[in-house]
Amino acid sequence: MSGGLTDLTLAAARQGLKRREFSAVELTEAHISAVERVRPLNAFVTETPESALAAARESDARLARGEARPLEGLPIAIKDLFCTEGIRTTAGSRILDGFKPPYESTVTANLWAAGAVGLGKLNMDEFAMGSSNITSHFGPVVSPWQAKGGSNRQFVPGGSSGGSAAVVSARVALAATGTDTGGSIRQPASFCGIVGFKPTYGRCSRWGIVAFASSLDQAGPMTRNVADAAAMLGVMAGHDPKDSTSAPLPVPDFEAALTGDVRGLRVGIPREYRVDNMPPEIDRLWELGIEWLRDAGAEPVEISLPLTRYALPTYYIIAPAEASANLARYDGVRFGLRVPGATLDEMYENTRAAGFGAEVKRRVLIGTYVLSAGYYDAYYIKAQRVRTLIARDFDRAFERVDVILTPTTPSAAFAIGEKLDDPLAMYLNDVFTVPASLAGLPAISVPAGLSEDGLPLGLHLIGRAFDEETVLRAAGVLETAAAFTARPSL
Amino acid sequence: MTLDKATVARIATLARIKVPEDEREALARELDAILGWVEQLNEIDTADVPPMASVGHMTLPLRDDVVTEGDRADDILKNAPAAARGFFTVPKVVE
Repeated sequence: MSGGLTDLTLAAARQGLKRREFSAVELTEAHISAVERVRPLNAFVTETPESALAAARESDARLARGEARPLEGLPIAIKDLFCTEGIRTTAGSRILDGFKPPYESTVTANLWAAGAVGLGKLNMDEFAMGSSNITSHFGPVVSPWQAKGGSNRQFVPGGSSGGSAAVVSARVALAATGTDTGGSIRQPASFCGIVGFKPTYGRCSRWGIVAFASSLDQAGPMTRNVADAAAMLGVMAGHDPKDSTSAPLPVPDFEAALTGDVRGLRVGIPREYRVDNMPPEIDRLWELGIEWLRDAGAEPVEISLPLTRYALPTYYIIAPAEASANLARYDGVRFGLRVPGATLDEMYENTRAAGFGAEVKRRVLIGTYVLSAGYYDAYYIKAQRVRTLIARDFDRAFERVDVILTPTTPSAAFAIGEKLDDPLAMYLNDVFTVPASLAGLPAISVPAGLSEDGLPLGLHLIGRAFDEETVLRAAGVLETAAAFTARPSL
Repeated sequence: MTLDKATVARIATLARIKVPEDEREALARELDAILGWVEQLNEIDTADVPPMASVGHMTLPLRDDVVTEGDRADDILKNAPAAARGFFTVPKVVE
């Protein structure tokens, strides 16, 4: 099989299994070899080849009986933020040292119940706080992409779901789960030339996902094409009584939304996204995206989202505030690392000093500050009020348009080691993705072209709450027009 | 600078993270830069705008106050750094 078993889409692999062109065990073995081959990327924190093969054997038995489930025998990998029963779960942090959850997250339970085969747990920025994967306790993930011109500079895969983006792009897993709080699915998808879809807040259960900022966190699929994202989201999504913010709505047939027809669709182009210092290549790609949708019969409409530039500072109050509360549980008592101290307080302080990395500490401290007496109204409540206004901007825009098109990121991937000295420069990576997160809206990144250096660039579509179908439909059209076929060098 | 070394020490105590004396100055500068940047939100008039705690596409449901899962003390204690006789154990708190 030229191209090999690891080069298939989810849909093609599903069909190949059904037609007995290969077995689930063969498909899984090919992926396990790929996992071993890409170890230099540092994309996995934990590999689970034995349980993967056991699951594949079970899939072969089901396929033989004609009882295939929706993702039967398809090898995928899981961001290490999802709790997996009996399998070490780290959140990229030292503080969860040795933690083996006694339960399974709802999203992963849904995937296993649909027959998916788990290859292992993927490296990520610590507690999903980062846009580069360099904040992981387990070291940075290296992007499988290299710049043109033969230099050996190593690039970041983006973050926080950087391991996920790297393995899907490098043909190591057919698909992966990600989570997105301010852009953590979409930005790495853009940097690695794959599709990343953050659904509406509430579409996927957060139960069993290590919490970062609970009003923003949302799981989603990372895949090599839009149809696969639709198929995988259909399995991941659904109401879960164990997450009170999970939406009690039926899961639509997302794959059926990919009609390829966007005639008459009104596509909002927000003028405030033309930010200062945006590289011309990003602007050109955006113009191209507008043209592609217009050529397909959609109607571009200039819109205004006046508060766009305030979304990042709003996010950097709200997310750290929620994180400081969520991360209070890591105290060395119930799970993970404990560093002894003479008193209980000293044990807490020593444990958290040794267990959290620099970026996590920074955010917990900021969060603690903005929630503390005397500053709560000035920072936290103020940010929550601005968040209301940002959500209203979108409500108003969606009275005139059906979907909004923007670039995913203000630049292509940067080299490992860049932007380390300035947290604020790093935060700017999320300038285009954070507004949809604050408003809880579904948004997807679709690979659309290459930078002058030969690195992937994505286009970003934002939709109305719980209207993933329109987002997928428009994304499918962008994908066809872009015809992105570039491959990473590794 | 609105956030100084003493403030770093105070919030580090609130957050229960030990920050050694010699790291406080640099951390104060970093946190102060971030806070200075977020202060641009004061340019926006938010009088009469309600704060948004959740995206609120729906109201939170209530459920019956009953045990749905239990008797898993051993499973739960397996991850504890220290445990004895069905309890988590911590350094002595009462003299």
